[in-house]
Amino acid sequence: MEITWYIILCFMLVVYIVLDGFDFGAGIIHLLFAKTEDEKKQVMRAIGPFWDANEVWLIAAGGVLFAAFPTLYASAFSGFYLPLIMILWFFIFRALGIEFTYLINHELWIKPWQKGFGISSLLLALFFGVAFGNVIRGVNLGGVENGVIQFKNHYSFFTPLWDGSFSPFAERPGVIDWFTITLGLVAVLTLTIHGAYWIILKTEGDFVKKLKSKILPLWIALVVCIIISLVAFMALKSFNKDIFIQHPSVYLLPFIAFVSLLGMLISAKSKNNWIGFASSSIFIVSGIGSAVASLFPVIIPSTNNLVSHLTIFNTSSEKYGLEVGIVWWVIAFILVLVYFIFVHSVYKGKLTKKHDHH
Amino acid sequence: MEDALLYDRLQFAFTITYHYLFPQLTMGLSLIIVIFKGLHLKTSNEFYNNAAKFWAKIFAINFGMGVVTGIPMEFQFGTNWAQFSELTGNIIGQTLAMEGMFSFFLESSFLGLFLFGEKLLGKKLHFLSALLIFIGTWASGYLIIATHSWMQNPVGYEILSNGKFVLNNFADLFGNPWVLPSFFHNQMASLVTTSFVVGGTGAYYYLNNKHLDYAHLFLKTAIIAGVISTLSVAFPTGDLLAKQVAQKQPVTLAAMEGLFETESGAPIVLIGQPNMNEKRLDNKIEVPKVLSFLTYERWNAEIKGLNEFPEEIWPTNIPGLYYSYHIMVGLGTIFIAIMLFGVWLLWKNKFNNYKWYLWVLLFALPFPYIANTAGWYTSELGRQPYLVYGLLKTVDGISETVSAGNTLFTLLGFVGLYLILGFIMLILVGKLVYNGPESKLKTH
Repeated sequence: MEITWYIILCFMLVVYIVLDGFDFGAGIIHLLFAKTEDEKKQVMRAIGPFWDANEVWLIAAGGVLFAAFPTLYASAFSGFYLPLIMILWFFIFRALGIEFTYLINHELWIKPWQKGFGISSLLLALFFGVAFGNVIRGVNLGGVENGVIQFKNHYSFFTPLWDGSFSPFAERPGVIDWFTITLGLVAVLTLTIHGAYWIILKTEGDFVKKLKSKILPLWIALVVCIIISLVAFMALKSFNKDIFIQHPSVYLLPFIAFVSLLGMLISAKSKNNWIGFASSSIFIVSGIGSAVASLFPVIIPSTNNLVSHLTIFNTSSEKYGLEVGIVWWVIAFILVLVYFIFVHSVYKGKLTKKHDHH
Repeated sequence: MEDALLYDRLQFAFTITYHYLFPQLTMGLSLIIVIFKGLHLKTSNEFYNNAAKFWAKIFAINFGMGVVTGIPMEFQFGTNWAQFSELTGNIIGQTLAMEGMFSFFLESSFLGLFLFGEKLLGKKLHFLSALLIFIGTWASGYLIIATHSWMQNPVGYEILSNGKFVLNNFADLFGNPWVLPSFFHNQMASLVTTSFVVGGTGAYYYLNNKHLDYAHLFLKTAIIAGVISTLSVAFPTGDLLAKQVAQKQPVTLAAMEGLFETESGAPIVLIGQPNMNEKRLDNKIEVPKVLSFLTYERWNAEIKGLNEFPEEIWPTNIPGLYYSYHIMVGLGTIFIAIMLFGVWLLWKNKFNNYKWYLWVLLFALPFPYIANTAGWYTSELGRQPYLVYGLLKTVDGISETVSAGNTLFTLLGFVGLYLILGFIMLILVGKLVYNGPESKLKTH
């Protein structure tokens, strides 16, 4: 039962990252590459009808995390207190940037909201990468200092924003170290490419050509960051190669990630606009999948030897709750699929100026 | 620890109070929009469609504010109330997760379609989108009330040796006798706010001699919805909820009413100030025996006063609780009077001769927000000193790792951010109302 819920949770988070990822990417493109008002509107048009429903996946995944793994929810949310609240603030800015930009047609109103939208998209993508880096690197569970557990609850921890060394190998690593920042950059670059392919898929014109020409430099930077983070990850204590030895089929995940990473570069030349978006989506799924598999069944590793890792088994709800939960979750999920298909069928194909609502 | 508890509570209170300014309008407004869309579907008169679209724009801004201020609520269970989440996540995680899965997907999918897809959808599907949004917002309210009701009156659980609350009967979460009275009380209160917002807007247009057709439609709709909702907030929903409180939390009832000593034929207090040093009400004006009658339907029934209960289980802020409750009830009574008089004017069609009534309606606009807030404060202050009534103390629910300083930092951040948000939102809604229902008719 715990494994089923863990799969559901990972599934929802990955769907969230693939979906909201393209509109984070669109935000970054809006900030960095969309120079004219027409180009900016084209970016907004590509995400306008979808971003709100995309974000619901995060909220719903948060709810599922709370219901199925309450101890993990309590541990991670209080442990990453400051970064999480700041993420919330950026979320608020970003949502308002999308919705409020064109409500008053005046340059002094529009400009700051556009910048707010772009900058908060960029920072959120970075923070999500950093957050993921923290989860796989591990934290000082129980708040161990000089060999003594500080907190009453062993699931508790409190991560400072940074530790003077900025090293993932420090005794009490902070939220920001060079490993987590590198993963943050991986997230920014991946989502920028992902967002570009979405805009290429959903809109047309000169801006699409411009975006295709940006793929190569973005991709090279991405590969460099991936290599750095991969080497560091394998050196980390939390990395568990046993799972690859016991279940060689798990090697399929990094292999798919590698192939789809190549696909992200090659698709820029392809006439079929779906291939690029599909490659970046598959890369996100398999890349995260590889990292998650290499930790399984641990969710948050402990960086000290006194407190054991948080796993899906020691943080989950009791059996009865997990069982009834499955029933309503499946019903709700079928409904979600129906809405999703309906909305995307109404907005199928290229979104042109006639779809602008502002 | 004491400071941390104070800031955790202040942050939750501030963010939830602010958040609920928006859902209380959107839940009611979604119903009004369904009604206008239904009239449009039936009569094919564009007038009703414009009315629906006008309110849909105001709905959208409030909905957006509700979403962005709602996410911090879900986060705070984990960030600031980690021990509470760990101990009760087995149970309240269910209803909170269901809200995400059942309501948020429904609302977000169809709101976009409703606002921007009228041409793509056609008349019937557009009506259906409005209906689904209404169902989504009310389902959301229902699931939050179910969560809240479990904290007020825990059911369907057992407690493990490590202190964790574990669900053992899923159906009990929804069959909890606290749920239905609270839900309908809350939804009707939300319709009260909406009635006054719609009616206030109608009055504003009427007094300005602008958009008179719409002014009349808004006034009529608001007064009909208003008279139904203001009355049913009191009877039966408020009455049934008070009986739940009397039965399950008698000490809370005594504190709400300011009843320090047990009395047979207890009076209802209209005005008076709780004096916690002397343990009595100062300067009180009361109506004899009414409280006994309302609670037990017998004029001489005995109502237990605070003196019957140990002080440790008294609500921690009795004056706050007492005032919240009395403000809610007092305003509710005034709302009933305003709406009943409105029905008479509507029936006689005499708005023109009673301009002062329209001024009253206009200036009454903020007060249902105060009444709704006071109602929730009654509920929340009444549950203190517990998070889960009788079982888990509030002080035992906070995050042990988050220091008072960190929470104060984020609380100040929320205050600043929300002030800016509120300012922007008022500009935007003000602009929509000023432009009126027929602006930009061609662009959609």
